[in-house]
Amino acid sequence: MNGTVLNRWFGRGWLGAGYVFLYLPIVALVLYSFNDSAIPNVWRGFTLKWYAALPADSELLGGLWLSLKIALMTAFGSVVLGTLAAFTLVKYKRFAGRTLFSGMVSAPLVMPEVVLGLSLLLMLVSVQRAIGFPERGVMTIWLGHMLLGMAYATVVIQARLQDLNPQLEEAAMDLGAKPHQVFTLVTLPMITPSMLSAWLLTFTLSLDDVVLSAFLSGPGATTMPLVIFSRARLGLNPSVNAVATIIVVLVAIGVVAASYWIANAERRRTLEMTAANRA
Amino acid sequence: MANRLRNLFQRLARGRSAVIGVPYLWLLAFFLFPFLIVARISVSEMENVTFKDLVTLKDGLLQLTLKFGGYQFITQDSLYFDTYLRSVKYAAATTLICLGIGYPFAYFMARAKATVQPALLMLVMLPFWTSFLLRVYAWKGLLSEGGWVEELIVGSGLDQLLFAAGLIEAPGRLMNTPFSLVLGMSYTYLPFMILPLYANLAKMDLRLLEAAADLGASAWVGFWTITVPLSKAGIIAGAMLVFIPCIGEFVIPELLGGPRTLMIGRVMWDEFFSNNDWPMAASVAVVMVLLIIVPLAVFNKYQAESQELRK
Repeated sequence: MNGTVLNRWFGRGWLGAGYVFLYLPIVALVLYSFNDSAIPNVWRGFTLKWYAALPADSELLGGLWLSLKIALMTAFGSVVLGTLAAFTLVKYKRFAGRTLFSGMVSAPLVMPEVVLGLSLLLMLVSVQRAIGFPERGVMTIWLGHMLLGMAYATVVIQARLQDLNPQLEEAAMDLGAKPHQVFTLVTLPMITPSMLSAWLLTFTLSLDDVVLSAFLSGPGATTMPLVIFSRARLGLNPSVNAVATIIVVLVAIGVVAASYWIANAERRRTLEMTAANRA
Repeated sequence: MANRLRNLFQRLARGRSAVIGVPYLWLLAFFLFPFLIVARISVSEMENVTFKDLVTLKDGLLQLTLKFGGYQFITQDSLYFDTYLRSVKYAAATTLICLGIGYPFAYFMARAKATVQPALLMLVMLPFWTSFLLRVYAWKGLLSEGGWVEELIVGSGLDQLLFAAGLIEAPGRLMNTPFSLVLGMSYTYLPFMILPLYANLAKMDLRLLEAAADLGASAWVGFWTITVPLSKAGIIAGAMLVFIPCIGEFVIPELLGGPRTLMIGRVMWDEFFSNNDWPMAASVAVVMVLLIIVPLAVFNKYQAESQELRK
C-alpha cells in the first residue's frame, strides 16, 4: 500500500517537474517583458515601456506584417496540397511511382532545414540564370514554407482520412453521388477538423521559420523571425520579450479556441453517428 | 471566393490523375529536382561565377567531368570530420536526455486518470505551438548571468560538477557551452520524445501486468520485462524524431552554443554564405543527408511494422 502511494507521488512529482521545465522559459519571457531595465535579466520594477516602443519599431513591425502574409498564404497552400497528397496516399493504393511519392511527401519532415533551404536556393538560382525569373523575395520564401507545410499538413490530414469509415462514401456513391459530390458532401465535412488543425500548424510553422527564410529571402524581404534571430544573436533584447509575449498570448488563445471548436465538432459528429446507427 | 474554391475542388476531385498529379509534380519540381541540383553542384567545379558543365563536347567526344574535390576535402580536413562527429555526439546526448526525462513522463501521463489525460496531452503540445525561436531565446535569458536557472545552478554549486565533467568552460559561466547547447536541444525536442511514447504506452494492455503480478513478478520486474519491451516501437520513434533533426540543427547552436560547439549545419551555412564555395556547401549537405539516412531507415522500418501490427 505504502509503495503505491509513494509511486503516485513520485509520478506526480515527475510530471510536475516536467511541466515546469516545459513552461519555465515561456513564463520568464513574459515576466521579463515587463521589466524596467535595459538588461532583461535584472529585475528593476514594472513597466510597459517596451510595449509602448513597439509601434515605432518599423523593422519589427514590417517583419511581422510580412510574416503574417507569408504564413496565411502558406497555411492555405499547404492545406490544399496536403489534402490532395493525403487523399492520394489513402485512396489510391496503386499508381506508378507511389513509393517515390510517399517518400517525397514525408522527406521534408526529417530533412535538415539547412539542406532544404540550400537545395531550393541553388535551384532558384539555376532557374533564374536560365530564364531570368524568379527574383528572391516573398514568393520564394512562400515556396520554401509550403514545401515543409505540405508535409506536415499531409501527415495530419492523412491520419484523419485513414480513420474514416469507407462505408459512408460508398453509401453516397450507391445513392448516385458523383465522385466530386462524394468528396465535397461527405469526405470534406468529415476531414474539416483535421484540415483546420493542419492550417493552424502550418500557419505557426511558417510564422516561426528562420532557416528556410534566411536562405530564400531577398533584399527587402526580412520576416519577423529573421529580425528576432539577428537581435537574439547579438544578445538579450527587451523588445524581443515584448513581441514574444504578444505572440505567445495570441497563439495560446488561437490554439485553445481552435481545439475547443475541433473537440466540439468531433463530439457533434459522434453523436450524429450514433443517432444514425441507432435509426 | 467560396464558389471558386468549390469549383477548384470539383475540378480536382473529378480526375484521379489530377489529384495525384498536382502534389506529385509539386514535389518533383520543388523537392527532388532541387536536391538533384545540389548533388550535381557537389561534383562540379566553380568557374568564376558559373559551373563547368558536367558533360562537354570535346574533339567530337562526349566528356564527363566529375570533381570530387569537395568530398575529398571533407575526408581529409579534420575540421569537417570533427564537426560531423560532434554533431552526432550532441544529437546522441540530447536523445538520451530526452529519453531519460520523457519516458517516465510519458509513462506517468499514460497511467494518469483517463479524465485528465487530454489536458495533460494538451499541456505538452501547447509549448510546441508557441514559437520555437522565442523559447530558445528565452533559455538565453535563463542561463545568462542573473537568469533564474543560472542562479539556481550556481547557487547550488552544480556548476562545479558541470565544470569537472568538462561541460562548461569555467564555473559560473553556463552560456555558449556544450551544456547550454544540449540543454536547449533537449528542451526543444522533448515533446517529440514524449508524444510517440505516450501514444504507445497509453494503448498498452494492462492485463499483461496483472498477469505478471499474479505470477509473482514485482512491479519493478513487470515494468522492465513487459512495459519496456512492449514500448520499443515508441522508444525508437521518439529517439529518431529527436536525433535526426538535432544533427542538422542550426538555430539552437547559433543562439546557445559557442565556439567549442560548432555543428555541421553552421559549417554548411558558412561555406555557402561566407566562403561562397557552393560545391563545398553542396558536398557538406550531401554528406549530412547520408548521415541521417541510416537512422531514417530504422525509423521507417519500425513505423511500417507498427502499422502492420495495427491492422
